[in-house]
Amino acid sequence: MKKLLKYVIVDIIQNKIVLIYTFLLLVISLSVFNLENNSAKGLLSLLNIVLIIVPLICIIFSTIYVYNSSEFIELLVSQPLKRRTIWLSLFAGLSSSLSLAFFIGAGIPILMYHADSTGIIMIISGLFLTVAFVSIALLAAGLTRDKAKGIGLSISLWLFFSLIFDALVLFFLFQFQDYPLENIMVFLSFLNPIDLSRVQILLQMDISALMGYTGAIFRDFFGNTTGILLSFLGLFTWIIFPLMFSLKKFKRKDL
Amino acid sequence: MITTKNITKKFGKLKALDNISVTFSKGECIALLGPNGCGKTTLIKSLLGMVVPDSGTIHFNNELISNKWMYRSQIGYMPQIGRYPENMTIAHVIDMMKDIRKGSNANPDEDLVKSFGLTDMMQKKMSTLSGGTTQKVSAALAFMFNPDVLILDEPTAGLDPLSSEKLKQKIIQEKQNGKLILITSHILSELDDLITEVFYMQEGKLLFHNKFAALKEETGEIKLSKAIAKIMREQELV
Repeated sequence: MKKLLKYVIVDIIQNKIVLIYTFLLLVISLSVFNLENNSAKGLLSLLNIVLIIVPLICIIFSTIYVYNSSEFIELLVSQPLKRRTIWLSLFAGLSSSLSLAFFIGAGIPILMYHADSTGIIMIISGLFLTVAFVSIALLAAGLTRDKAKGIGLSISLWLFFSLIFDALVLFFLFQFQDYPLENIMVFLSFLNPIDLSRVQILLQMDISALMGYTGAIFRDFFGNTTGILLSFLGLFTWIIFPLMFSLKKFKRKDL
Repeated sequence: MITTKNITKKFGKLKALDNISVTFSKGECIALLGPNGCGKTTLIKSLLGMVVPDSGTIHFNNELISNKWMYRSQIGYMPQIGRYPENMTIAHVIDMMKDIRKGSNANPDEDLVKSFGLTDMMQKKMSTLSGGTTQKVSAALAFMFNPDVLILDEPTAGLDPLSSEKLKQKIIQEKQNGKLILITSHILSELDDLITEVFYMQEGKLLFHNKFAALKEETGEIKLSKAIAKIMREQELV
């Protein structure tokens, strides 16, 4: 596992895309913090980047990377290696390099300008989101052999989690606005890793008051330690389930 | 050494392998023959665990291979079309393979690397290599770790006559060391002085598996190509 991981990471670094991604994140976060004197506002702007750009880059880069390393995978499968090791090395290589990129690009500026609990929660959720979307990308790439279909699927998944899901929830809310839906909302937010991170960070920012009664329920549920732990457990499941499912697929795959 | 029992593999509607049961034993050099698309490569890939058969079992040294992986350290595989990570150099690929197979052999056999003249182009990237040179890298890697079983899928396709002769000598040498060698090739003339058994497939089915000597006797021909041609003609008549 260690050996393979080394080759995967070297290969990803040679790819340069991850370096560009790191640099881009760094430029964005530094400029966002320097634009205004109030670092809390900077953090709020950065929130949208963490919730939109990070999942997008992670899912697309990982999907393309898995397809492009089909030769590498083919070569390894004929060698005395477990398929499990090969797949988990790919996952570990991708998630560690992308997490490092996120930490350098966004984590360090946050620590420099706004190193309180909000900032730290934001870094942790960003890292969780990175790994979760690498895992979802592996699932998308494992489901189909066709590169175009695989990339299409991962873009749709990103679109679903960042836009469509919220639209559906809103629609649902308006349809059933006569009923008390606050507890269901808490449950629904677990179905989307991006929402989980968003709720978590917004609650830390103390602007949940703007969210009305639902915000109060959220505050009540997510605001304490158990809630924080539960929501990270939710994010963790978003890493484990797609990964295990794709691993199962990969074990039966014909190369 | 390798035994398959009733293995079947379907790709969609196409039956690539249809109930194949066969035993390959140590010390033999077996030619896998058959028209294009008859399932030779699928059979090879199932032996390597790269393709998972729909049904049937494969045993390697009396051990079931499904979900096992250690047995592959005893196999050297040369694919039909070697595909390698594009931005790695030859040296990187060879080092990586040595690293992966470290346990299986302490001193790698670099005869072919030298005789193919790969030493001089170690720093070239895999993406810049010609088809023939890629084949040379595949061959060198297959023989490098002294495996008990060599599986060569179209080994001489794309090699120049000189290199293909070198490879042939190497195969003969390994055969004398008592290894099991499986070869597929469409150039039957070069198999004459290598093989001891013939395994013939058609449309995923095993047509016959016989000693080469017995085959020669049966058909009254000395050359493999003529013997096979005779059998195929008889098949058509039936």
